[in-house]
Amino acid sequence: MNKTDTLTLVDRPVPTAAWVQRLQHRNRSPVPGLWALLDAVKDPEVPALSLWDLGVLRDIEQQDNGCIRVVISPTYSGCPALEAMRADIISTLQQAGHPEVEVHTALSPAWSTEALSPQGHEQLRAYGIAPPRHCQGCSVPELTPESGITCPRCGSDDTHRISEFGSTACKALFQCRACHEPFDYFKPI
Amino acid sequence: MTDQDLRQATQAYAVRLGDDALILGHRLSEWTSRAPFLEEDLALQNVALDYIGRARMFYGYAAELSADGRTEDDFAYLRDARQFSNLLIHELPRGDFAFTMARQLLTDVFSSLYLEQLLRSTDATLAGIAAKAAKETRYHLRRSREWALRLGDGTDESHARMVRAIDELWGYTHELFELDALEQQLADAGIGVDNAALRPAWLKQVSAILTEATLRVPEDSWVVRGGRTGYHTENLGHILSEMQSVHRAYPGVSW
Repeated sequence: MNKTDTLTLVDRPVPTAAWVQRLQHRNRSPVPGLWALLDAVKDPEVPALSLWDLGVLRDIEQQDNGCIRVVISPTYSGCPALEAMRADIISTLQQAGHPEVEVHTALSPAWSTEALSPQGHEQLRAYGIAPPRHCQGCSVPELTPESGITCPRCGSDDTHRISEFGSTACKALFQCRACHEPFDYFKPI
Repeated sequence: MTDQDLRQATQAYAVRLGDDALILGHRLSEWTSRAPFLEEDLALQNVALDYIGRARMFYGYAAELSADGRTEDDFAYLRDARQFSNLLIHELPRGDFAFTMARQLLTDVFSSLYLEQLLRSTDATLAGIAAKAAKETRYHLRRSREWALRLGDGTDESHARMVRAIDELWGYTHELFELDALEQQLADAGIGVDNAALRPAWLKQVSAILTEATLRVPEDSWVVRGGRTGYHTENLGHILSEMQSVHRAYPGVSW
């Protein structure tokens, strides 16, 4: 993946430090082909988003014996999607001719929406989910606001929060006053 | 303490924190399909899931430290009430909505202070779990605080129910700030949290919220304790008999 190409896709002017760090780590990896393979593995609950773009995919290593070691970090403590992600990673690599795969879970550093890729933000929006808003200069991410999240359907900022918790742990529910559609907001955490 | 002793103590500590999270998570999950309205149902389920996820992480670590073949399921499903070490406040029945939100407020303020310390633990796994949980707790606390204000400073009925809930819970909060020898050793070693030191900050935050909610801070006139030593209220047995029934009826069953 070419870094410059990646960043031109963004409509957010400044990529987060967490994302840049991940991208640099990936670009330094001796196994770029494996990263490209796993780009096909999507978040089971938001199929528009790959595990890479979600920030869950942390590291891939090929060990001397050929075994592939993948490190992922869970989004929310109780997120049931983690088991599905693990199984999808293993089957994708196995189908590509890598029978030995280990998937490890790393808790630290904790996953954060700061780790989402710029494309991930666009993919969420295109899928109908408002991407997490980032508060620059805040020491911790802003909690879900009561209003003002841009509607992913019509682009209006005249929106209000209906529910702080949505259909999955990672989302809150909003409604747009302009087009009246309800939509999910990916909570900053 | 030898490294082996410290490892054993850390294992027991992880089980305790897992027990706290599992039992409270289970109590919250009982609201599923019974909450006052749909959004609240979702919120309670999400918070329950965070707690149950937290329990899995603590139990998973305890299993790793035990290194005797036990898994997280052994801790959750194959122990009896006397072997559970959760603090009593977590096992009290969910009560009415005011009771549930009052308990969440008292425990969310506690958790936010506790996790802030635990994420500085010299034990990397405990610190990692705490860092993850602390992020979720920010959301939990904002919501329980908002409900406390809304119910406390709401109708006569909601106010009266909040007063009753806080009064019924208060005597169970003292246990949150007590350390036994094991916890003191771990706190001294930089692994565990000195929870006794958290009470002034907790009381200050809770008092401010209760006052804003037009509720009074109860007097410290009674104390119930025993959770860490396995002496529980009768409520724990009822939770376990429901939670463990499938696992015990069909040993080793999987979905």
